Amino acid sequence: MNEYRILIIGGGPAGMETAYQLKNLGLNPVIIERNDKLGGHLAQWDRLFPSSDSAETLLEKLKDQTKDIEKKLNAKISNITKEGNIFHVTLSNGIKYDAAAIVICTGFDLFKAEKKQEYGYGIYNNVITNAELEDYFKTHNDKRIDEPKRIGFVHCVGSRDVKVNNTYCSKVCCATALKQACEIKDEFPYADVYCFYMDLRMFGKGYEDLYLKAQKDFDIKCVRGRVCEVSENIEGKLVIKAEDTLLGTPMKMTLDLLVLMCGMEKSKSSNEIQKMLNINNNEDGFIETRDNFSGLNLTKEKGVFVAGACTSPKTLPDTIAEARAAAMEVFNYLKVNGQPSLVQ
Amino acid sequence: MDNVDLKLFNKIEALNPDINTCMACGLCTATCTAGNFTDMSFRKIILMLQRGKDKEAIELVKKCMMCGKCMMICSRGINTRNILLSITRIYNEEQNI
Amino acid sequence: MIVEGKQKIWADYQKDIPDDHYFYVRSCIRQSFFPGSEVTFLDITRNKLGKDFYESAYHTTCGGIAYHSDSIPQETAMTIIARQFALMHESGYENYVCSCITSFGCYTETLETWHEFPELEAKIRQYLWDSCKKEFAKPKYLAHASDIIYKFRHEIAKQAKYKLVNAKTGEPLKVVEHIGCHYAKMFPSKGFGGAEYPHVLVGMIEAWGGEVVDYPERRQCCGFGFRQYFVQANRGYSLSNTYKKFESMEPYEPDLIITNCPGCPYFLDRWQYVIAEQTGKTYGKNGYGIPALTYEEVAGLVMGYNPWDLGLQMHQVAIEPLLDKMGIEYDPKAKYKGINGKDLGTPINPINIKLQ
Repeated sequence: MNEYRILIIGGGPAGMETAYQLKNLGLNPVIIERNDKLGGHLAQWDRLFPSSDSAETLLEKLKDQTKDIEKKLNAKISNITKEGNIFHVTLSNGIKYDAAAIVICTGFDLFKAEKKQEYGYGIYNNVITNAELEDYFKTHNDKRIDEPKRIGFVHCVGSRDVKVNNTYCSKVCCATALKQACEIKDEFPYADVYCFYMDLRMFGKGYEDLYLKAQKDFDIKCVRGRVCEVSENIEGKLVIKAEDTLLGTPMKMTLDLLVLMCGMEKSKSSNEIQKMLNINNNEDGFIETRDNFSGLNLTKEKGVFVAGACTSPKTLPDTIAEARAAAMEVFNYLKVNGQPSLVQ
Repeated sequence: MDNVDLKLFNKIEALNPDINTCMACGLCTATCTAGNFTDMSFRKIILMLQRGKDKEAIELVKKCMMCGKCMMICSRGINTRNILLSITRIYNEEQNI
Repeated sequence: MIVEGKQKIWADYQKDIPDDHYFYVRSCIRQSFFPGSEVTFLDITRNKLGKDFYESAYHTTCGGIAYHSDSIPQETAMTIIARQFALMHESGYENYVCSCITSFGCYTETLETWHEFPELEAKIRQYLWDSCKKEFAKPKYLAHASDIIYKFRHEIAKQAKYKLVNAKTGEPLKVVEHIGCHYAKMFPSKGFGGAEYPHVLVGMIEAWGGEVVDYPERRQCCGFGFRQYFVQANRGYSLSNTYKKFESMEPYEPDLIITNCPGCPYFLDRWQYVIAEQTGKTYGKNGYGIPALTYEEVAGLVMGYNPWDLGLQMHQVAIEPLLDKMGIEYDPKAKYKGINGKDLGTPINPINIKLQ
């Protein structure tokens, strides 16, 4: 018998995969999700880099794996106390759990594009975010995307930028930009598509192939330079400025649509939980892990584990691998500490 | 690079360690008031100094208008104004010797 | 354009301006460029709004021009500023209002620097004592004079005789706003509306009935730029910059440019003459330019001051088309008459841009 529960905080890909693997290991997880459905950002996405596979297929697989696992949707944790090795957890609707371990899987928030005021998001009509473009691919319902002839993508929006206090690389935006650039070119074959990048970080499996495909098959033009300012002309088109750094000259260009590749910030939804569990952040604002190598799923608090983008920007393969590793860490911890059925 | 004299760069670097954090994103040049009309480019000045091309760098420095837009936009937070002022000061001191 | 997006930013960049009792300091150059502006500001605030503004005859330059042209070190500029603060303190005031944008930038920079480096403030305190035997107190509030007009823009609208509206068609005038670079580009939080979408002049235009024009090169410098104009060899940059702005605003057919800096209205005004004489191009209708006015001049026009008392004859670009649009009565023959009917002399007409 499993006397105690394993509390998974967050029902995105990291939380779902962790719960599934824990169940496979014979434990009894429960997923606490603040929204009314599972999936996190994955549920908002249409297709996934590098191969433009359907996001829904992956989501359905993850959901299917967790169909027998208890979930609490629209749930908020209002209190956690620790007694010995056991966490007494109370939800805001009064439900209580006694948990032998907690796995924080709260993921990321997308950087708020309006913070980069010079890009005019929320002011100039045709400036949109990567998430909004993905939503367009899903729904084909966005008045701002109306047969654009010239489209720009700005990489590193809210990443690698000391002026918004995010000095880290968000890891996924380069590949997302090229994926979305190919997809929008596919939709509007006569459009010219430009990607404004500083370094193209195509490090993962199949990413470099995506880069080549974008150049060879989709005629995507990559300009090495960061966009410095956006404005609107009398026709409502966007005027952008950047330096074409490889040519060494300033450039000005008129566009019909500008897509801002908003990076990742640790989700603010974990702040309260971190306070209850005494878990700190790193300088970059993400949750602190025990070390940077073999302790990536551990925190300084015994019994509190982490998985996914709450500790640093991560791709989906990274997240899923980390969720599996977290499940194993929980299992090993419980064998030594507390879960009587596992202590032989 | 084997025969390059980096004396000027080393002196500037000692006063402005942030000079090495440039990632050549081009924001400084894209916003540059002078860069719109001349070949002035702050990031190129850094690169030229790092490669020992002092004379070329000074030619660009002369074109700076000191408007400060590069300092406002630099995504690495480099103190561009201080670097430009120390380049002119150190270069002038060296010329006088 | 989504106005709500701008309104959100404007709400984030507000600052406290006290209601009354200000120590006012003038600009070095505005009194000769726009001789009616500062006197109109004082007349509106003192006599129309009933506010207490005090001036000291001992006030000097803030040193900003020398500082930004790199001819005096920062400590010297700070000591000059400390002396102005001492004058304010001796006069029993604590709200400091300056007429010049560069002064505003220098004062802000000085106060912020002292905040970060108190040892430097102590050093300047000693310098001021050694040189002038004066002691200063830092102002409780620092404001630019355009902040004051912004604060009281609705009161001015209530007393207005005219609006920024075409009197014949009832259409709002299209107004370009141009903010001095040193207002908020150095310290965005110190200006109404921040650095990217400043609200200080937009608020006045909207309160007085005009429609704001947002054009692609709006954020660009007017072309003055200390090192662009003061170094004679660089003046081409200054002109090119202004030209770029006019080319960018041209499709919007603006009726008026309103500014809050000493340099901007001057250069946006005078370079129109140079562009017209060099290229034959004018940006207003029928061979006229686009009037570039200070916010005090615009406030004065709206409140029904005589345009020639506001000093509008001192502009290169003819003001008459704007006066006609707003339905303001004026005596064309009195344009070049000074105080007590003194003849100021009539300028020679340029070839390509109309003067009357």
